[in-house]
Amino acid sequence: MATRTDRRAPKRGLAGLGELLFGPSFRHGVHPPEAKGLTEALPIRRMPFPEEIVLPLRQHTGAPSRVIASVDDRVERGDVLGVADGYVSVPVHASASGVIKDIGWWPHPSGTMDTAVRIQVDRFAPQLTRPRIVPEWRGLTPDQVRKAVQNAGVVGLGGAAFPTHVKLNPPKETAIEVLLINGAECEPYLTSDHRVMVEYPERVHFGIRVMMQCLGVDRAVIGVENNKPDAIARLRETIPEDLDIEVIGLTVKYPQGAEKMLIKAVTGREVPSGKLPMHVGAVVQNVGSIAAIAEVFETGYPLIERIVTVTGPGVRKPQNLIVPVGTKTRDVLDFCGGLTPDATEVIFGGPMMGVPQPDLDVPVMKGTSGIVVLTEKESARPQALACISCARCLAACPMFLNPSRLGQMAQLGLFERMAEEYHLEDCMLCGSCSYVCPSNIPLAQMFALGKAGLRRAQQRAREEQAEKERLEKEAAARDQAEREAAQEPARKEREVA
Amino acid sequence: MRPWRGTGWEDRSGGEGTMEEPRLRLMAAPHLHAQDSTARIMWSVVATLVPVVLAAVWFFGAGVLLVIGAAMLGAMLVERLLGPGGAIRDGSAAITGLLLGLTLPPGFPLWMAFIGGAFGIGFGKLIFGGLGQNIFNPALLGRAFLQAAFPTAITTWPAVRPGEVLTFQGDLLAAPLMTPAEVDVVTQATPLGLWKFEGEVTGLWDLFVGATGGSLGETSAILILLGGAYLVARNYMNWRIPVGIFATVGLLSILFGLFDPTFPGPLFMIFSGGLVLGAVYMATDMVTSPITNGGAWIFAFGIGFLVVLIRGWGGLPEGVMYAILIMNALVPFIERITQPRVFGKERGVKKAEAA
Repeated sequence: MATRTDRRAPKRGLAGLGELLFGPSFRHGVHPPEAKGLTEALPIRRMPFPEEIVLPLRQHTGAPSRVIASVDDRVERGDVLGVADGYVSVPVHASASGVIKDIGWWPHPSGTMDTAVRIQVDRFAPQLTRPRIVPEWRGLTPDQVRKAVQNAGVVGLGGAAFPTHVKLNPPKETAIEVLLINGAECEPYLTSDHRVMVEYPERVHFGIRVMMQCLGVDRAVIGVENNKPDAIARLRETIPEDLDIEVIGLTVKYPQGAEKMLIKAVTGREVPSGKLPMHVGAVVQNVGSIAAIAEVFETGYPLIERIVTVTGPGVRKPQNLIVPVGTKTRDVLDFCGGLTPDATEVIFGGPMMGVPQPDLDVPVMKGTSGIVVLTEKESARPQALACISCARCLAACPMFLNPSRLGQMAQLGLFERMAEEYHLEDCMLCGSCSYVCPSNIPLAQMFALGKAGLRRAQQRAREEQAEKERLEKEAAARDQAEREAAQEPARKEREVA
Repeated sequence: MRPWRGTGWEDRSGGEGTMEEPRLRLMAAPHLHAQDSTARIMWSVVATLVPVVLAAVWFFGAGVLLVIGAAMLGAMLVERLLGPGGAIRDGSAAITGLLLGLTLPPGFPLWMAFIGGAFGIGFGKLIFGGLGQNIFNPALLGRAFLQAAFPTAITTWPAVRPGEVLTFQGDLLAAPLMTPAEVDVVTQATPLGLWKFEGEVTGLWDLFVGATGGSLGETSAILILLGGAYLVARNYMNWRIPVGIFATVGLLSILFGLFDPTFPGPLFMIFSGGLVLGAVYMATDMVTSPITNGGAWIFAFGIGFLVVLIRGWGGLPEGVMYAILIMNALVPFIERITQPRVFGKERGVKKAEAA
């Protein structure tokens, strides 16, 4: 067992006082209204199967799944529809029994169209006839566990949907000291992680056990924001005696659940710019994803449903739902009593970083942690004014950037200077700067544009370089040919002579 | 992969659900926003200055309202006429006019105050591109212009008459560009003038409460400090700037006092003249002060240092205005050298990888 000496020393001074009063934290950040009261006390309910399921093949970070099913196939719940296409990829499984109606383009939550498998759900299928698909956990080697996790299609459920088996397999040369479980759930409105911790704490601990075994670490820390005392208490009550698991109550502050911020709060270490958590000896996993690992091994079913918080002032009956992956947003909202007439935005994820959905046909995916519906009251924005250098964005930015300056440069399109002199690449688009800006400047949006502009510029530079090299090569070849052609008559003359 | 035609796209929209669907918007994250707005910040500053104005009325009579009103009218009129549409509502022109008015002596001719406000906004702000773009504090630029244009009028200090609210002192209604009529006005030297030219030091209590000659807002230190404390508590002001200025001025006057016993003590230096108003309301102007906290300390030190220098060795009795204007000009450089250390990076090694 790891010695406790590697735990960080308490802070001194004002920061120490803050830690004593509110729990460990990172520096800067903002305090949006928590707004979790709508659903935080509601037990998780199961939603009935919809008439149709739409499963995009691109539901995770990495390569999209490669489809192996075909139209008119009859599939059972848990059948593989698309297989992992490479290492950083996972399969997609049918989340309900039925007949494949179509494989083609469908609106995707990222705002584009993408290939998806549409299943006409069989209304009379029992949906539970399959034997165990995922093997029993006991007796598996770490490699077999990773394979089983990949085959079960498990990804991070916090939003980015990064394949979990990759996280379970850090490079040999990195020394992982601690497994951090992210139960901060710092996004306003969302409560799905909160309910998981309250209702399934044993599942969380089981998932931690699986992960600790895979990673070979003997210490895990669960970080939970202090606005969820019931979750902290339930997790502490249920810690298995043979595991070194610590539950830490963190300051309620956005973005406490950002990976780097959580590591800073819990271990006191800053992940170096451009590096991964493993460089400071940590692996971070979202609490919902941990529970998903456990669930997969417990039930024997792959990841085909997830817990979604459907909430916000624009939805009539907010609740925490177990939703089959691939259920269309319209069906979920329908089940929650529909939208109020003043609803303005339907957001996948939390209101700070979530993606707005203009089309209610988009399906719930593995990474969809919440559906938040806002109304005119939250959406209304006065006209943006000029920056008055009030410095609130500097005090809000958890990465200690200068959003004011970055914003001015973004308006001029100076993306390269933004990156070179003002660290644009360190921005994680948490939106804290936009949130506090009294002049209502859409800073985070400008930085997203800046990052895209930068990528385009770099791409263009690469292409121009390649084009230049090609032209030079051609010119050289032409010169060579001309020289040879010039020598040709001379040689002929010599030959004649 | 097949194109979307014939995949059911046509029949998928509408009709399936039973719920009403409002028209949904596509907006960039974050989808929430804090309540504070620029206009609210500006008008809060105006509100905290109301007690200061009322104190000026108590000490100098209701005529001060006309002086301040004329300066505000000049500033807001120019903003309305030449500025971008609706800019008047953000309150920044009102602050400029109000602060300018507070730097003027009671009984200052109204037309001059009007010109000062108009100049401050026109040449101090709009010429740079309006809100957020200006380099110099517009109110102080307006005052610098008035000091250059009307040196006599701006150094005529009518005496304090506490409680005589209905007396109108000075030559308020002087006609533009005419030689001012000889008005019978009781004047009183300012504390700094008294010290500089007569070697006389005013009592601290009078300084603190404001029962001294001087500009309208130079008087009541306590009300200004209370207003500033409120703005700091609301996070509408960077406390480092006034604290840094007071600390610098105090420490330097102690230091110079060691060598020169006639040099006044730190409390006199802080509470006399326009230092309190300047440190709390002028130097903290968000637009013209550094955005970084490190920069705020440097900025504050520079102002304090220049104030002591000008007061001690300059030809003028007061130097707050010039000190702030000089430091305003240095803000871009100060910001450049005080960029915050980025999370996960060492300070100062910006292009380690590139090198």
